[in-house]
Amino acid sequence: MTLLELRDIHTYYGNIHALKGASLRVEQGEVVTLLGSNGAGKTTILRTIQGLLRPRQGSIRFEGRALESLSTEAIVRLGISQSPEGRLIFPRMTVQENLEMGAFSRRDSLGIKADTERVLMLFPRLRERISQKGGTLSGGEQQMLAIARALMARPRLLLLDEPSMGLAPMLVTQIFSIIRDINTQGTTILLVEQNARMALTVAHRGYVLQTGQIVLTGTSKDLQSNETVRKAYLGET
Amino acid sequence: MKRWQNAILYLVVIYLILLLGPVAGLDLPRIFGEIARSPASLVQQLLVGIVNGAIIAIIALGYTLVYGIIELINFAHGDLFMLGSFMSLTVVGAFGVGDGASPAASLLAVLSALLLSASLCAGLNVLTERYAYRPLRNASRLAPLISAIGVSFIFINLGLFWGGLRSFFPIMGANAASPKSFPDLLPRVDVLQALGIEANIAFTTKDLIVLVVAVVLMVGLHLFVQYTRLGKAMRATAQNREAAKIMGINVNQIIALTFLIGGALAGAAGLLVGLYNNTVVFTMGFTVGLRAFTAAVLGGIGNIIGAMLGGVLIGVLSALSDQYLSSRWTNAWVFAILVVILVFRPGGLLGENVQEKV
Ligand SMILES: Nc1ncnc2c1ncn2[C@@H]1O[C@H](COP(=O)(O)OP(=O)(O)O)[C@@H](O)[C@H]1O
Ligand SMILES: [Mg+2]
Repeated sequence: MTLLELRDIHTYYGNIHALKGASLRVEQGEVVTLLGSNGAGKTTILRTIQGLLRPRQGSIRFEGRALESLSTEAIVRLGISQSPEGRLIFPRMTVQENLEMGAFSRRDSLGIKADTERVLMLFPRLRERISQKGGTLSGGEQQMLAIARALMARPRLLLLDEPSMGLAPMLVTQIFSIIRDINTQGTTILLVEQNARMALTVAHRGYVLQTGQIVLTGTSKDLQSNETVRKAYLGET
Repeated sequence: MKRWQNAILYLVVIYLILLLGPVAGLDLPRIFGEIARSPASLVQQLLVGIVNGAIIAIIALGYTLVYGIIELINFAHGDLFMLGSFMSLTVVGAFGVGDGASPAASLLAVLSALLLSASLCAGLNVLTERYAYRPLRNASRLAPLISAIGVSFIFINLGLFWGGLRSFFPIMGANAASPKSFPDLLPRVDVLQALGIEANIAFTTKDLIVLVVAVVLMVGLHLFVQYTRLGKAMRATAQNREAAKIMGINVNQIIALTFLIGGALAGAAGLLVGLYNNTVVFTMGFTVGLRAFTAAVLGGIGNIIGAMLGGVLIGVLSALSDQYLSSRWTNAWVFAILVVILVFRPGGLLGENVQEKV
């Protein structure tokens, strides 16, 4: 079943035409990765999906429902949450409070409690830091918190924007293994990455974005063996 | 280059303080002599300062809440507080309670004034945000600041106009611009005497009531911001508006809520100042507003506990200046404190100490 479908999306920053007719699809249960170099428009796609930017043209459907005219609050309530680029942790709130903010769109306190327990199982480090201020965490811990916070919305679609950015290789491996666990536990994921090698090991399918347009799509296996991808994104010659 | 500029700035500030000192009566031997002669009057001034400071703190919270959430110095806030005091005076006048009215009638009048003054100021503040600041949210930082100064002028003139409506509200007195006397409605039972403490210090139920109301408002705000869902959303929006949006927080609503709360506090402060000082005037928004703004900066603008601390400190310093220096110079001292903090410690006493990591 198709969970999310973008058709011919055009998004602008003032006069800058950032997305030039991007289309993509995410099926229920998948991990789909969106690859592309810096400035390709990956973050812009995620912000457009969540209603933080308005597309000037094109349609976004989530379970058949049009998102283009909904507020971000409504979109989060429908079940799309995000771990944003740069993590955007609330620096003077504790880890606990950051998690509570992740659940802002929900009112079921029992469910929120259960999900807090669940994300602390996924990220035991956060349990150790639970009453520490977000701003005092290390980069890796902040990334874990950003993902955990997004999970607190109990999303049906989780958007992850470059979760490996700036992390040591060992931490990257750990984060990707947790992303796989999250998916196995039933959450559909749209994963934006510059680290194509890692992304393609967890994703079922992928899209390659170049200057605001999708130039390539296929299963991870296809993309891993694709000549262009190997050259441009896997650093092979 | 930068270092030179700083050095010159420091020298100017130190020079101004040295100059201001003797002119404004900062004569330490005389002051210590006075304190030694009458320690009770020092305690008396400290008490007066604390009560006034608690009111200042409530106004300072309005500056700090708004600055915390949209980084705007709301120049109109002091004048909003002044309108609150006029609303309180109008309501008290409508109830026809004068000095020494019966406790029941006074209580009813005071509670009505609190409700109406807080509602008026909350409503005006929300409207100001909606129509004077929100349209400029993505403009350069100077634009909303200038807009705030414009709103301040509007409020001041509204106060002047209101103060001249003596045919509708006789309590406004003959002259629109002159200070208006506010009925002395709070009971004055000597608290210390009732507790069996013999001292030459006046601390009455009037002081106590104002202090208790102010403290209840401050504690209430602190609990709200710290522990409720909406209060946490306010903090989240203040710390990272983009992240707050991503959490599904309606940041426009939260910003409006912040103005609502700040406005209600200003309205309450308007009533308290009337009840405590028994005089209100349309220029009060500037004079008291300046103290409150300095208090907010002193505590660290954006910091709620800082505003409370700063308010009490400014109140006490003002009272001491009134007593031992000269009340004419008190505003100058408050300004001097403001300049010194801005130059030497722009983050204030409780400036944010948690650095954001990139
Ligand atoms: N706030 C902005 N204002 C103007 N242009 C922007 C802004 N954010 C991004 N862009 C431009 O949009 C394009 C896509 O950016 P982005 O989506 O951030 O790329 P990516 O996430 O793939 O690195 C880039 O050319 C970038 O310069
Ligand atoms: Mg990006």
